[in-house]
Amino acid sequence: MIKDLAWASAAEIAQAVASGAASATHVVDDALARIAKLNPTLNAFTAVTAERARAKAKRLDATRDKSQLPLAGVPFAVKNLFDVEGLSTVAGSKINRSRPKAARDATLIERLEAAGAVLVGALNMGEYAYDFTGENVHDGPSRNPHDITRMTGGSSGGSGGAVAGGLVPLALGSDTNGSIRVPSSFCGIFGLKPTYGRLSRARSFPFVSSLDHLGPFGRTARDLALSYDAMQGPDADDPASAQRTVEQTAPLLARGLGDLRVAVASGYFRKAAGTEALEAVARVAKAANARDEIELPEVQRARSAAYVISAAEGAALHLDRLRHQANDFDPAVRDRLIAGAMVPASLVMKAQVFRRWYRERVLELFGRYDAIIAPATPCTAPKLGQQTFILDGVEFPLRPNVGIYTQPISFIGLPVVAAPVPLSPLPIAVQIIAAPWREDIALRIAHALEQMGVAAAPRPAL
Amino acid sequence: MPPADPLDDYITAAASALALPVAPEWRPAVKANLEVTLKHGALVAEFALPDEAEPAPVFKA
Repeated sequence: MIKDLAWASAAEIAQAVASGAASATHVVDDALARIAKLNPTLNAFTAVTAERARAKAKRLDATRDKSQLPLAGVPFAVKNLFDVEGLSTVAGSKINRSRPKAARDATLIERLEAAGAVLVGALNMGEYAYDFTGENVHDGPSRNPHDITRMTGGSSGGSGGAVAGGLVPLALGSDTNGSIRVPSSFCGIFGLKPTYGRLSRARSFPFVSSLDHLGPFGRTARDLALSYDAMQGPDADDPASAQRTVEQTAPLLARGLGDLRVAVASGYFRKAAGTEALEAVARVAKAANARDEIELPEVQRARSAAYVISAAEGAALHLDRLRHQANDFDPAVRDRLIAGAMVPASLVMKAQVFRRWYRERVLELFGRYDAIIAPATPCTAPKLGQQTFILDGVEFPLRPNVGIYTQPISFIGLPVVAAPVPLSPLPIAVQIIAAPWREDIALRIAHALEQMGVAAAPRPAL
Repeated sequence: MPPADPLDDYITAAASALALPVAPEWRPAVKANLEVTLKHGALVAEFALPDEAEPAPVFKA
């Protein structure tokens, strides 16, 4: 029996349900009750699939042998850009509400449910994922469980709030330029942005096809590993899905830091970092025995190139909606997308050429190091409604610039675990960046930091 | 009268060519966003790479 279901890990729940010590129905009812109680404050959920969840839990409880279900009875929720059968995939927008209801779940939902997890709802997000704040003009802002006057970070804001607030132990989100890692940082939870192409994006609403990734949020590194392992594998329904077999990571966590060579990203990654970001990196670097500091080559330009590609590809996706339904967008998103539509194609192609050059140079670093540590965000969670913040002594618009440290990493599809450092009063995460397809290394390091007490998802007083 | 900003003309022309509505009250934000994006673009474009350098996305048939 689990005493404290609100803060139990997915691993603990799965073990209890699989062994018969707890029923899936009890676990799911408990999660639904917490959502009903806390969501009016946190605004993390935009839809609750209670009937479906109870039916699934009942089927699980009727299954005699649950030993092959690594996520038996684990409640989870998904950013509302994932197709959920019977719901319109709104992607944080007003416009998409008129879309037909999805006929089939997204691949990642199917895979988590095949592992025994139970979908309990869809989560708030920044409109069309072009956002780092977690605010939404149509649904209201998702609120940070550690201080409800502050941002969750975006665009997977509801995913961050739901997991950090103890509503669910597991959530899925998307990350184009930082939208898993930024909410993980502001909400103080673990997030995994896998290698580009590793997890299927089939039946999810896109933003920037050449940069879009999907991944999990959890309160422990083990929960990330368990869910990630359940979701791996090629998928013909996603053209970017890699033809790689499943490479289990959870069994490797116990290896710890071992002789992994870890470096700290300096230069660009220090310049605009606030005190908390620097403190978090210093603690993690010390624990991971990371003595070397390295510079990522031309990283400022990499961030710029990601910015240009995002603007142009995002605008192309929404061009017809901008022509015919411009008034139905969040104005802040609309004005960025219109500007993106006007970016000359020559600059976009230059950015794609630069991208390959940068990728090759960064990959050379992984000949010397197994992982690189960098801040996830320059600061802790800003106040809701805050429009600007100070970076390196200069005032910048907040919305496009929270991702300065995440953007140059996802730009070349590297796997990253955002690991929360429980500073007071607000947490902040560091990025643990590994070579392509080495999610296992980033997860191992995150797990080791957790064992050492350096990384942890702090429990909010709700 | 301040000299005309060519970016204003560009926005007007691009909006027309792309059949994009840009209400007068949206223009300052559109312009600000475009200015930032073009600066990012210029930073990338000024970085010299050989003519043979290939772009990142590879279409696989």
